[in-house]
Amino acid sequence: MNIVIIGDGKVGTTLSRQLQYEGHSIVVIDNDQNALKNSINSQDIMCVAGNGATIDVQLEAGVNKADLVIACTSQDELNMLCCLIAKKLGANKTIARVRTPEYFAQLGAIKDELGLSMAINPELAAATEMSRVFLFPAATKVELFAKGRVELVEFKLADNSILDYVSLSDLYKKYKIKILVCAVERGSDVFIPNGDFVLRSGDRLSITGLHSEIEKFFKSIGQVVNKVKDVLIVGGGRIGYYLAKQLQTLDMNVKIIEQDIETCKRLSEALPKVTIIHGNGNDHGVLKEEGIESADGFAALTGIDEENIIMSMIAASNNVTKVVTKVNLSTYAEMAEKLGLESIIAPKNVVANNIISYVRAMQNSYESNVETLYKLIDNRVEAVEFVVKQNGKCTGIPLKNLKTKKNMLIACIVRNRKVIFPDGNECILAGDSVILVTTNQRFNDIEDILE
Amino acid sequence: MNKRLIVHVLSKMMLFEALLLLAPALVSLIYKDYTDTVVFVTVAAFVAVFGAAVILLAKPRDYHIYAKEGFVVVALAWISWSVVGSLPFYISHAIPKYADCLFETVSGFTTTGSSVLSNIEALSKGMLFWRSFTHWVGGMGVLVFVMALISVTENNTMNLMRAEVPGPVVGKLVPKGRSNAKILYAIYLGLTVAEMIFLLLGGMPLYDSIVHAFGTAGTGGFSIKSASIAYYNSAYIDGVITVFMILFGINFNLYYFILIKKLTYVKSNHELRVFLGVVAAAMLVITLNIMPIYKNIASAFRYASFQVAAVVSTTGYSTADFNKWPELSKTILLTLMFMGGCAGSTGGGIKVSRVMLLFESARNKINKLINPRTVKPIKLEGKVVSDETIADFNAYIIMYVLAIVISVLLISVDNFDFTTSSTSVITCINNIGPGLGNIVGPAGNFAHYSTFSKMVLCFDMLLGRLEIFPMVMLLSPTIWKKKFI
Repeated sequence: MNIVIIGDGKVGTTLSRQLQYEGHSIVVIDNDQNALKNSINSQDIMCVAGNGATIDVQLEAGVNKADLVIACTSQDELNMLCCLIAKKLGANKTIARVRTPEYFAQLGAIKDELGLSMAINPELAAATEMSRVFLFPAATKVELFAKGRVELVEFKLADNSILDYVSLSDLYKKYKIKILVCAVERGSDVFIPNGDFVLRSGDRLSITGLHSEIEKFFKSIGQVVNKVKDVLIVGGGRIGYYLAKQLQTLDMNVKIIEQDIETCKRLSEALPKVTIIHGNGNDHGVLKEEGIESADGFAALTGIDEENIIMSMIAASNNVTKVVTKVNLSTYAEMAEKLGLESIIAPKNVVANNIISYVRAMQNSYESNVETLYKLIDNRVEAVEFVVKQNGKCTGIPLKNLKTKKNMLIACIVRNRKVIFPDGNECILAGDSVILVTTNQRFNDIEDILE
Repeated sequence: MNKRLIVHVLSKMMLFEALLLLAPALVSLIYKDYTDTVVFVTVAAFVAVFGAAVILLAKPRDYHIYAKEGFVVVALAWISWSVVGSLPFYISHAIPKYADCLFETVSGFTTTGSSVLSNIEALSKGMLFWRSFTHWVGGMGVLVFVMALISVTENNTMNLMRAEVPGPVVGKLVPKGRSNAKILYAIYLGLTVAEMIFLLLGGMPLYDSIVHAFGTAGTGGFSIKSASIAYYNSAYIDGVITVFMILFGINFNLYYFILIKKLTYVKSNHELRVFLGVVAAAMLVITLNIMPIYKNIASAFRYASFQVAAVVSTTGYSTADFNKWPELSKTILLTLMFMGGCAGSTGGGIKVSRVMLLFESARNKINKLINPRTVKPIKLEGKVVSDETIADFNAYIIMYVLAIVISVLLISVDNFDFTTSSTSVITCINNIGPGLGNIVGPAGNFAHYSTFSKMVLCFDMLLGRLEIFPMVMLLSPTIWKKKFI
């Protein structure tokens, strides 16, 4: 597809890199020549310098023939204007980044007039992902599939875990729990395991199963984690606001530490149930005073990656159950993971995932059948949901008889709103939603799984 | 420096050259010249096996081409293609000395068209075909050629394109590097076939038309006759070649804009206007200047226009020995040699847009002196030229002049007169073909130079074709250090 991306910032670059890799033709528009130069040197794309909200520049970038225009400059108003113009010029679909909470809330009323197909809010998306982590404390990350019915839970096998040196087939036999290990990350390697795979302490597992089964599983392996009740958030920016709002609806006690007094005042108006503290979260004393030792949730959401990492480490050393760290720079994220932080979330990646699954769904109408897509373990594993529309080469054959590609695994099947975790005798039928996990990127159709 | 990756890409390129060598093999076969067929096929097979072996045995760990690797790959690709391309001449004894074979091939790939052959007709049809075919392949760039067919690396194609496509700023027509290369090659092929048909209509034999179309398209200038185009003695053929030489000296992007019906881009293109203006003016002045020799205005215009087109597009065909023309005409031609074609064409030289930039920055400087507080950016094609581009451009000009001075100094050991030495270097570095003077003029050739001088000139030709930097970078020792610095 022809995709025009307006704004070559954090999100723009992540998107163009990923979409270009998936084989789309990308044109990037930005004012900043230097940013463009970096992009064009590292990616196979075309760049146009200029104001993306002008007709001339948009025409030069070929917006009139684009299948999709994504506006992700730093200004909401500009993004909306870009999309309005793009739609007027004949772009098929448009996506705008709108991050101001007030604008985003009222977007429903003006979306049609602006010709927007989708509005994305990186902070809201990141906050949603974080609140899920607090909701399932045993996991480092939780993804939902099939309209929220299936959970894919990522967690780290504790040191001296009883599963050390246990193979997967033994695990399933011994505990008689219906869960499925979809992917294992060990050091810098990622495996899609089969029955012979032997687990080790320190592995990061991605498992799926019914919620009750997963809880049972955590209990039986001794990694029980109490529910999160009290959450301390440092940084009252947009993510902090959204996160606090979501957590309070989940009946958690939330406290926000913010160093700007004006922001504090605004937050206390907008979030009456949340305790707002004016202070510097970087200060160990302040954190102690605000009860970091008794909190069971902590989120470091300031604008500075380094501070977030350090604060999270302080929280972890105070035995806070769940620590969530916002890290923008991917190299930092890698390092922070090595230092032992578990839940690291980069808003740009969350947004890029959302848009890429949208793009795949768009392509769906041409060639592929991808419903949703999640990238796990540093974008190296994909969990893909397909809807099987009609009978084909995969349907009606027991899974054990299907000759599938290596490095992929069928995690579950959703049939008539019921989730099935299939064994080898199960068949795929028309109308099913199939969720599979793979390291082989770019499956566009369920039949791509066959050898 | 990722040496494994460089070797990998170069071996891939070798496979392609093997493929190309099958074309002259086929031609030899058609003309029942079986020894030449065997020569071409042997070289192709040898190169293919060698390339394939290296690809299979040495796999790079990292496929990322950074700017540094891009430049080095381009420079080494051109050198290795030339070395391999010269083998058929040497093995078949068509050209006895290896230095001469290499000179001829480098001159072919860089689309220079300077020759060491005094009796061209003595070569077989297959050899002559290969010689002209190198022009066609080299014209658009050997890496762009390979890129159009396969993806050399996963991305970062700009680092390769930038090193090979002429001009101060390299833009893309479409987002994907590979589609871009395909578009350029489609236009290139289309124009070449068009010229071939026009030449056929003028009564030129098929083989001759193909070979001369190759020579024009790459703006090379190898002919299959010692007398060059003058051999056909036809005003129609002169005319067709004149027009096509100018067409191939124009930025290919403009043809794409014509194809997608964006004529405003073409009409508002300053470089095109300047190019055509300079060409017209030069034709007019030379016509008037050489009138006394040719007696009537029509034939004076015929020779003048052909020679202007041949020199400005850096093709270097000839229909007249301009060495015998008045000094004014000769000096105009010499000046045009420096300018060359438009950026993004197959022509050599400094490029019209760089000459425009030169004048623009001079004017800007004068304005600054008169009005020290004015803030006025330098513009090209209505767009502000960044300071970095200007700095690149200044460095380019300095290196260019330096290269000429040093080369003239080096080849003066052969003790030819100054005109001969200097125009030899100028014609080689600008990829034109003939120089001035009796030895290297349109009627002469480069056979008289010593092996050392031939190597210097080979380097100059590559220097000019790849726009200085890739070749100079090869000479820099730091680039070969393992890491750091």
